[in-house]
Amino acid sequence: MIRSIKTWILVGFASLLLVACGQGGGGAGSKKSKTLDNTKKAGFVKCGVSQGLPGFSNADESGNWSGIDVDVCRAVAAAVLGDADKVKYTPLSAKERFTALTSGEIDVLARNTTWTLSRDADIGLTFVGVNFYDGQGFMVRKNSGINSVNDFKDGISACTNTGTTTELNMRDFFNSKNIKYEPIAFEKADEVVQAYDAGRCDTYTTDKSGLAAQRTKMSNPDEHKVLPETISKEPLGPVVRQGDSVWEDIVRWSLNTMIEAEEYGVNSSNASSLKDSENPAIKRLVGSEGELGAAFGLDNDWSLRIIEQVGNYGESYKKHIADTGILPNRGPNQLWTKGGILYVPPAR
Amino acid sequence: MIFKKFSIENKKARDLIPQLITVLALISVIIYFATNAQINMGNRGISFGFGFLNQEASFDITFSMIEYDGSHSYGRAFLVGLLNTILVSVIGIFFATIAGVIVGVSRLSDNYLIAKVAEWYVEIFRNIPLILQIFFWYFAALRALPLPENGISFNDISFLTIKGWYVPKFIWTNFNIFLLSAIAAFIAIYFINSYATKQREQYGKQLPTAIISLSTLILFPLITFLFLGVSLTFEYPVLKQLSPTVYTYEGGVSIIPELIALALALSMYTATFIAENVRAGILGVSKGQKEAAASIGLTKNQILKLVVMPQALRIIIPPTTNQYLNLTKNSSLAAAIAYPDIVLVFAGTALMQTGRAIEIISITMLTYLTLSISISIFMNWYNKKMAIKEK
Repeated sequence: MIRSIKTWILVGFASLLLVACGQGGGGAGSKKSKTLDNTKKAGFVKCGVSQGLPGFSNADESGNWSGIDVDVCRAVAAAVLGDADKVKYTPLSAKERFTALTSGEIDVLARNTTWTLSRDADIGLTFVGVNFYDGQGFMVRKNSGINSVNDFKDGISACTNTGTTTELNMRDFFNSKNIKYEPIAFEKADEVVQAYDAGRCDTYTTDKSGLAAQRTKMSNPDEHKVLPETISKEPLGPVVRQGDSVWEDIVRWSLNTMIEAEEYGVNSSNASSLKDSENPAIKRLVGSEGELGAAFGLDNDWSLRIIEQVGNYGESYKKHIADTGILPNRGPNQLWTKGGILYVPPAR
Repeated sequence: MIFKKFSIENKKARDLIPQLITVLALISVIIYFATNAQINMGNRGISFGFGFLNQEASFDITFSMIEYDGSHSYGRAFLVGLLNTILVSVIGIFFATIAGVIVGVSRLSDNYLIAKVAEWYVEIFRNIPLILQIFFWYFAALRALPLPENGISFNDISFLTIKGWYVPKFIWTNFNIFLLSAIAAFIAIYFINSYATKQREQYGKQLPTAIISLSTLILFPLITFLFLGVSLTFEYPVLKQLSPTVYTYEGGVSIIPELIALALALSMYTATFIAENVRAGILGVSKGQKEAAASIGLTKNQILKLVVMPQALRIIIPPTTNQYLNLTKNSSLAAAIAYPDIVLVFAGTALMQTGRAIEIISITMLTYLTLSISISIFMNWYNKKMAIKEK
């Protein structure tokens, strides 16, 4: 009996000790990056992606992920670990994505996520940039006779994804037009497509890039069309946890490097030969001038590796979005020098 | 004195101390997790609080039993989700019980065909995962329904289509008077019945309670229609063209296909378990009871009603309570087919829009706990009522 009491007392002390430890640990805000250290230790970048959106993040039959969102994670892996393939992908629903990031299950969220004030400021997230400028649109059946959002009437039913900005924009839009509508919100994109395809709803609304990509999954893609109007701004970009500014900078400048590389005409095939370029901006990009990597605790070839292993933004866009027929026209996602709005701060 | 009281030699203290330490350890662990979560949330700049419940939700919900649109608060959205969860659970429990009793009794039928059909039903539906059944009813079965313009019409007042089942809407005037009369009728019936029981037990008089009760139930509300200004009209759904090929129905009430599919899947699935409970209950009544009842000249129906069922119920109720709880909790699978229950609306959309994972998940868990415990308490009360009363 006395023996068992001793055991219990030990258990009690041990748990009190645990409490003390819990309060002691977890100090952040130093210059070192915990996320960077953990990533180097683990040997891979923990990246959250969608559950399958062609062009952005989509797995093929053998489980290899590709897309422009995936390329952001690959760029970070190339910069930090030296190998773009060292990424562990976690497919997430719209609902799960932020919790997965704030809880530390993933370190980069590259999942066609719209940058909004409340998300950036309120829930412990930091958006690092924009890798795709999108806007919300509507898809309808071609034979419906609906040619514009002005043809929508009271009683229309609209399918969309739950937990997205889409759901909120849809309400703003129909309210502003004073149209009574039936919102049907599914958790997974595949279920939205199935329900719309079956005729449960008259229109399917989400980001236009998403509509273009999902149309390819319909039983007969030619029966559907995307209406011309865009009802919202959807700047999609990678997200990191708040509170690790070094990691935030690494992800931000990995993306910026891809865009800057396109601007200076540096691509995966010519990057290494440009080490002796006349242009100092190019030399900084390929690591033959300056000590830019040191600012994040990386070596000087970090940006060269990104360009060589992942390619510049233009290459990534062409491979995943244009050549797959999703959105052949780059529209706003063209460089600022070519009439688009892609403009990144200089890497110097 | 006091020291001796708490010393290890004292038997009472010896018994108490380990328990106290266990409780302390448990509390320490909870405090540890809570402070850890608090520190981590602090580090990541996440605040904790329930103030968001008063903020504007700004998303719409397909189907709501109370007035709701996006300009209402998250708290109101929670209520909408909760009511929808309760609605589908109540419908599910109702049909699961009816189907379960019918199937359970059928399995014991002397008719070979009926018994076999019931057996196959049980074996098929209880052995397929519920989520697949939900998908089946939603994506496979309901998909076979026609578009609104070719809707299956019931007498031109109700239409079944892929967009939902449109039924006439009841439009009441002075509904509360009608409601009061119905309540009054039930109270009257209660007193009539207890009076009849008294008469039977004391004087052996049989009063025609069934007829009296039924006529009260009809008469009371009827009076309100004739004299107290209550009236009821119907608003029928009418086909409406939205574009050259897009139609919908206007007016009436739309029962959304998500609700139909979910209620169907839940009751078909749970009915199999209830059927087995019913079968076990009936088989659990010893044969001698039935034979004894038959030997004193009771009819087959009387045997079932007066001898078998009261005893069988004691075996049936406790496991059936579990099934009711399961059904209620299983209704959270609604999120898969966009039925706006508490998980989809609150733990889904509201969580996403506010990012308050810990708060919202705690509220949702607490809500299910409360729902389940309420069902449990009610069923325990009913069970006690049905149990053998020893005097």
